[in-house]
Amino acid sequence: MVNQTKQKKTSWIALLCVAALLLLVIILENLSAWTGVKGILAPTSQLFTVLKKAAVYSLVAVSMNLLNGFTGLFSLGQAGFMLLGAYTYAILTVPAAAKDQVYYLYGGSAIRYSVIDLLGKLFGSSGAGGAVSLILGVLIALICAGLVAALFAWLIGLPVLRLKSDYLAIATLGFAEILRAIFQWQRLGPVTNGANMIKQFPTFTSFNIKNAAGREVLRLSTFVPFLVAAACIFIIVLLINSSYGRAFKAIRDDEIAAEAMGINLFRHKQLAFVISSFFAGVGGALFAMYVANAQAKVYTSTMTYEILLIVVLGGIGSISGSCIATFLYVAASEWWLRFLDVETVLGNGFKVPLLRNGFRMVVFSVIIMIVVLFFRQGIMGDKELPDLLRRRGRQSKSAAAEETEGGHG
Amino acid sequence: MKKSIAWILALVLVLGLTACGGGGSSSSAAGSSDNVVRIGVFEPSTGDSASGGKKETLGMQYANQETSTVNIGGTEYKVELVIVDNGSSTDKAPSAAAELVSKDVSIVLGSYGSGVSIAGGPKFEEAGIPAVGVTCTNPQVTAGNDYYFRICFLDPFQGTVLANFAADKFSATTAYCLGENGNEYDQGLIAFFKQAFEAKGGKVITDSYPTNNNDFTSYLNKAKSEGADVIFTPVSIAYATQILTQASSLGITAPFLGSDTLDDNMVLDAVKGTDIQLFVSTFYQEGGNSAFDEGIKNYINTNDAAKSANGGNDTISAVTAMGYDAYYVALEAMKKAGSVDKADLMAALPGVSYKGVSGDIAFDSTGDAIRDTAFIKTADTASGAWTLETVQKGA
Amino acid sequence: MEYAVSILLSGISLGGQFALIAIGYTMVYGILRLINFAHGDVFMVAGLMGIYLSASLPFYISLPLVIVVTVLLGFVIERVAYAPLRSAPRMSVMISAIGVSYLLQNVATYVTGGQPMTYPELPLLYDTVKVAGTPTKWAVLLTPVLVVILVLALTTLINRTKIGMAMRAVSKDFEISRLMGIKINSVISVTFIIGSALAAIGSMLFFTNYQGIYPTVGAMPGLKAFVAAVFGGIGSIPGAVIGALIIGIAETIIKGLPSAWDVSVFSDAFTFALLIVVLVFKPTGLFGEKATDKV
Repeated sequence: MVNQTKQKKTSWIALLCVAALLLLVIILENLSAWTGVKGILAPTSQLFTVLKKAAVYSLVAVSMNLLNGFTGLFSLGQAGFMLLGAYTYAILTVPAAAKDQVYYLYGGSAIRYSVIDLLGKLFGSSGAGGAVSLILGVLIALICAGLVAALFAWLIGLPVLRLKSDYLAIATLGFAEILRAIFQWQRLGPVTNGANMIKQFPTFTSFNIKNAAGREVLRLSTFVPFLVAAACIFIIVLLINSSYGRAFKAIRDDEIAAEAMGINLFRHKQLAFVISSFFAGVGGALFAMYVANAQAKVYTSTMTYEILLIVVLGGIGSISGSCIATFLYVAASEWWLRFLDVETVLGNGFKVPLLRNGFRMVVFSVIIMIVVLFFRQGIMGDKELPDLLRRRGRQSKSAAAEETEGGHG
Repeated sequence: MKKSIAWILALVLVLGLTACGGGGSSSSAAGSSDNVVRIGVFEPSTGDSASGGKKETLGMQYANQETSTVNIGGTEYKVELVIVDNGSSTDKAPSAAAELVSKDVSIVLGSYGSGVSIAGGPKFEEAGIPAVGVTCTNPQVTAGNDYYFRICFLDPFQGTVLANFAADKFSATTAYCLGENGNEYDQGLIAFFKQAFEAKGGKVITDSYPTNNNDFTSYLNKAKSEGADVIFTPVSIAYATQILTQASSLGITAPFLGSDTLDDNMVLDAVKGTDIQLFVSTFYQEGGNSAFDEGIKNYINTNDAAKSANGGNDTISAVTAMGYDAYYVALEAMKKAGSVDKADLMAALPGVSYKGVSGDIAFDSTGDAIRDTAFIKTADTASGAWTLETVQKGA
Repeated sequence: MEYAVSILLSGISLGGQFALIAIGYTMVYGILRLINFAHGDVFMVAGLMGIYLSASLPFYISLPLVIVVTVLLGFVIERVAYAPLRSAPRMSVMISAIGVSYLLQNVATYVTGGQPMTYPELPLLYDTVKVAGTPTKWAVLLTPVLVVILVLALTTLINRTKIGMAMRAVSKDFEISRLMGIKINSVISVTFIIGSALAAIGSMLFFTNYQGIYPTVGAMPGLKAFVAAVFGGIGSIPGAVIGALIIGIAETIIKGLPSAWDVSVFSDAFTFALLIVVLVFKPTGLFGEKATDKV
């Protein structure tokens, strides 16, 4: 009982922390506008690019972790489901007026309507009505993106989920490759736009609030991906802490024992796979919003590997680990380590050796290998942030309890 | 113990690999003067189009060396090039664009390759930075993006020119078009070529290969067996060299037509000493402006980094001339705006007109260059040089 | 007719080159139960080595050296990235393999400056010969011959020698073989050495035919070789070869189908679809033994 109230307390604290984080994001992004000081944190700063991308990736990483870390299903199809999500979102939200231009090779799209336009007829397309139809439209499109990915996951899951670990990995990888070829096929051009990108749909910047004169009064472009990602991750956390989550973990730890306990293996695997793909689909849609286009070429197996490595860095089986690792990974690769790619000559004329285009990624992959080999637990192991905090408080208490908590892994 | 030996071995291997490489790449000039204006260079230096991107950057670097300051309203500004690599891929382009934005550039030049320009475009639009496309010919670069301009001709024009050329020069009735699946540049050009060629009464066979494909022999044999009179391959440099070498070992006799991307000395190397007939459409032909030719050759020959970027010789690529012109268009816009602020530059750009080495440059209402000239070159396979075949005007 | 011959020739040679990579996959998987994702990249590095070493050395020195360096690379990868994880879950080893693949690709990008490289024209292999009126390279004709010789040699090695017996024992049961006094680590090393040597030979044939080398060039052939290994039955060398030949030929046929059908873009997708079908309906492949589940 005591334990339960304690857990409730920590989850309230966690929720508060997330809310504070969201608020902080809004403040950060508007800091330069509100204070009027140009030098600090201009909205063009690399920080916001990193934050946006990391928010998107953290959702995808957590969705992958749900599968690989919590259910023990090694799937490499994440990029494929992201692709489905990205295309679904893009196809549904490109404004009807822009379709002829976007689908210029096919004389317009086969799907003539856009969710936002339809809602616009309902609520009005400008002012507050416009805002409502934008938010609702994007929300509907995001959910559809997830649903389409989930549907395909269900279909592909029927045969492949019966496969063993590494066969499952290679089968899902293959499935993602097949999807990519289909989406690039010219014959499907009127729907997928063939080789061309789908673009001009609402992106994160569409959520910046402008006044009548067209000046931005409140920037929300970083807040939106944070909000969506946080909401989705929250749902995943709820799921993991439910009885389903415990069943997933039981399957991960020992399939045979789990089955003996009366857990329907296939149904639970399928559930994890479909839910994970749903959120990968939403993540894909967010990614499309981040890069402001949807193109099949981008969603390659390299992308899946990247996300897998993030999961490993953060710790397989740790949600907060995945989130932290995503931010570190994205910030390091997009921002902090950029200097490694630039040839640098120091003041005294000394040319720093090795620094040249591509060195960043070499350093990066070496770091990853070191983590994979020597810090197999990743940043968090299979613990969550609250666990760490709690453990410090309880240090004086019985060591035996400690051992059972930290013993496995 | 054993583990550490293994690690040392690994390290030695990595270092050994590194040592095999050598050769430098881009660098940006560091300046600490108060009056500095930054021009972003958004070009690929890795990936499929690296060879072209490096040559285009070369033109800008040469122009920057030639004219490194600009006088705006009586104030002397030092012009600094900020070079980022967009990796020739549409997934790396947005973050490269974001990096340029964060470096506070006033205007962006580039890119070689349409896909990356389309992918990076929204980032520039978002930040309100005008971008001048140099050799990205796909219509989608400027369509729907007010902030993107370009100084080259467009693919509907290029496709038509090549289709007419194929019909007139070779009396071709059947054309085989091969492009990369999922590459909008390739597929766009093929679509325009098809339109124009079919309007002339010809028959077009289109085909695509998957990304990272190596084996083109099946495609080339198919072209042969389906009776193609010309083979049109508007593909990236990396694929073009493979297609052409495989074609030569298969003894393909049908002439190859290429778009602006094939105007590269790597492609020239690939067909040197073979029987391949190759014709490409492009923006500039060596000899068009002798002062520029002489200057850039001198620059390339006296600068090792430039020479390796140019593929180890001093053949002038059309994209180098275009990069050179783009730089001066940017300076012209600054002078016209009387400011180096991105918003002022954006306002001034539509009215800029400039006489460059590759021809007159002015923009129409969508931001596209008003151009009606394409040079068609042919590869002289014996000497390994381009020779001018014809100049096509109008569509 | 001429067209059919040319398609078949391309198919057989492509299949043969996949086969050389697939043998490495199937042997490693047979013993370690590890999908060695880095194998395709070892193949790519062998190609790059071919370029760099041939630039300064004559071919009769550089080509053997390529094999030696590639073997060394395969050995080092196993010792550094896989051996320490022997007792770790299978997923960790696979992630390590993906990490190595990522590392090799990035190092290759760094070294080549990101530009595609061109493989040198090897003497004899690059020369053109006419078969039934179709011009083709010697490499195309030599590939199947070489594959057959190598497979015979390998099967002899595995069935007749002591190390071969050890390999078979280890792939049957890891733990028991260890108890029987087999030096597991050296058996695994030998496996990686053989696999890498074949990848090096494969790289010479492959890149003579398709000269462009870029950092990710190994990824696709690597995956396809794995599919071939699965198709033929994991652990079976003749199976891997036959699987690779079928995939190679099927792929060229799909590429060669009339362009009006517009299906040539699915040549890669077909391979993966085949994989899924095989995995679902006959997970043991064509020649695979019924695997006993090792819990």
